[in-house]
Amino acid sequence: MITVEGLSKSFKVPKRSSGLRQATKALFHREHTIVDALKDISFSIEPGEIVGYIGPNGAGKSTTIKVMSGILVPDAGTCTIMGYTPWKDRVSYVQNIGVVFGQRSQLWWDVPVIDSFELLRDIYKIPEVEYKDNLDLLVETLELQSLLHSPVRQLSLGQRMRCEIAASLLPSPKILFLDEPTIGLDAVSKIAVRQFINTINKEKGVTIILTTHDMFDIEALADRVLLIGKGSILYDGKLNELRNRFGTHKTITVDYREHAKRFDIPGTSLLSWSSERAIFSVDTEQTMVSEVITQLSNQVELIDISIDAQPIEDIIVQLYKEYQI
Amino acid sequence: MKPYSSVLKLRLLNGMQYRSAALAGVATQFFWGFMYIMIFEAFYDQVLHNPPISLKELIVYLWLQQSFLAFIMLWFRDNELFDLITTGNIAYELCRPCGIYGYWYAKLLAQRLSSALLRCFPILIVAFFLPQPYRMTLPPSFTTFLLFLVTLMFGLFLLVAISMFIYISVFITLSPVGSLLVFGVIGEFFAGLVIPIPLMPSWLQEIAYMLPLRLTADFPFRVYSGHIPQDEALMGILLQLVWLAILVLLGRIALNKALQKVVVQGG
Repeated sequence: MITVEGLSKSFKVPKRSSGLRQATKALFHREHTIVDALKDISFSIEPGEIVGYIGPNGAGKSTTIKVMSGILVPDAGTCTIMGYTPWKDRVSYVQNIGVVFGQRSQLWWDVPVIDSFELLRDIYKIPEVEYKDNLDLLVETLELQSLLHSPVRQLSLGQRMRCEIAASLLPSPKILFLDEPTIGLDAVSKIAVRQFINTINKEKGVTIILTTHDMFDIEALADRVLLIGKGSILYDGKLNELRNRFGTHKTITVDYREHAKRFDIPGTSLLSWSSERAIFSVDTEQTMVSEVITQLSNQVELIDISIDAQPIEDIIVQLYKEYQI
Repeated sequence: MKPYSSVLKLRLLNGMQYRSAALAGVATQFFWGFMYIMIFEAFYDQVLHNPPISLKELIVYLWLQQSFLAFIMLWFRDNELFDLITTGNIAYELCRPCGIYGYWYAKLLAQRLSSALLRCFPILIVAFFLPQPYRMTLPPSFTTFLLFLVTLMFGLFLLVAISMFIYISVFITLSPVGSLLVFGVIGEFFAGLVIPIPLMPSWLQEIAYMLPLRLTADFPFRVYSGHIPQDEALMGILLQLVWLAILVLLGRIALNKALQKVVVQGG
């Protein structure tokens, strides 16, 4: 469905140091640096996939999304989505996609939300029946009823985001690009939005590409992740594999009857210790968890024990470190 | 055409919300109208046996100019479009299944229409009841009036096509100030808004007649007063259409060029 091959894009960024002298100098002579936002990016995505696109700030995530949605023209490379080249067949291509840019607004600021929706209906030429069905579904799942008739300027960020997402889904897109869609949402809305994304993916088979810094979004939605850093794809694969590869550490927290002496369990490292509680980190490739527990129960009188996998956030941090991005 | 007419409608309704702005506008336009008329009245008192345009025609010219300010002024702008370009919100405009040129053209047209609709009627109505010599007069015949309406509308289409170049230039300069000033000053002068074109020295008139700008303001206003005879008006309409075709074509090419190199500002 989506094939990206050797995509490159660089930006010319004017550069000067601070201060009046530099500003005056820049009037006559400007210095530029060329920033390579994308360097030879290739990947392909099948219909119905949800792909999490992750990477640190400035890695090129949004640029890729913008190229794929027909907004930016790349310097080199090809991109074929549903048979279209986004930046060449822009007008006919975008009819099939929905885009949400978390930090921008597509709704008209001074008019009620419903007016913006109706404008979109006319722009995308959505048949009346389909429009009504979609609107009803969106209003119900994203709880928009009370928001539809207020001007956008009076909505909170989270309320607006829900309307933005709804706006992008009104034309029943086949591909949905979400660029940080959960910015500013409260816990309840976040879960609602995630569920909704899952639903449209499962029921309507919408292909979804998601960039986010919230790893819970990725965990809840994406089977596959693409990691980009400094403009290159560094990892492309299942989230589980990523976890197996990097997330081999487990944390074991034990509560026990008072035990005055510090103790060591071979094959673990002690993260913290008190006379009633200790936290160990175990590398499951070296030591089995069950072994650790056996050892523990031999040494102290256990009250409670909990084993936690390494949070996905930590794995990502580790990953960024490993790739030095 | 549906998408464009919907944008037009929404923008029109949006623009009609700003009542206080319209009221302030009406007051300002009266001030300028009176001031201009007084200046020209004093000027006509002194000299001229055979003025190139009579005072009566000139007063009509000035009141029309004030009533339809939103149709004829290049500095009358849509800051939202500038913001779209300079803040990068253009990203959303570009993922709509319609041509940006038409989409923006509809927005700009609607903005001028809504603003003029709110302002022109109060000004015109009052101007018809003012004491002499300030009074606005009716056109000499109904045909003239119809011709005026047609030339005014085409003039508006033409002006929007010209103003589009201001927005396109902002893709390169990223600040609308310079373009607005240049377009505003040159445009106003050659549209006959500072000095009516018949009162300009003949060499300047020649330049003005070569440019499309006077077709947006000077031309319809003189058609109204009958200063431009009907057959000449028909020729003028033809000229308006030719210019419109040329400017829209050039605008589309320029905008497409700009969009090829567009940078979505602000990440």
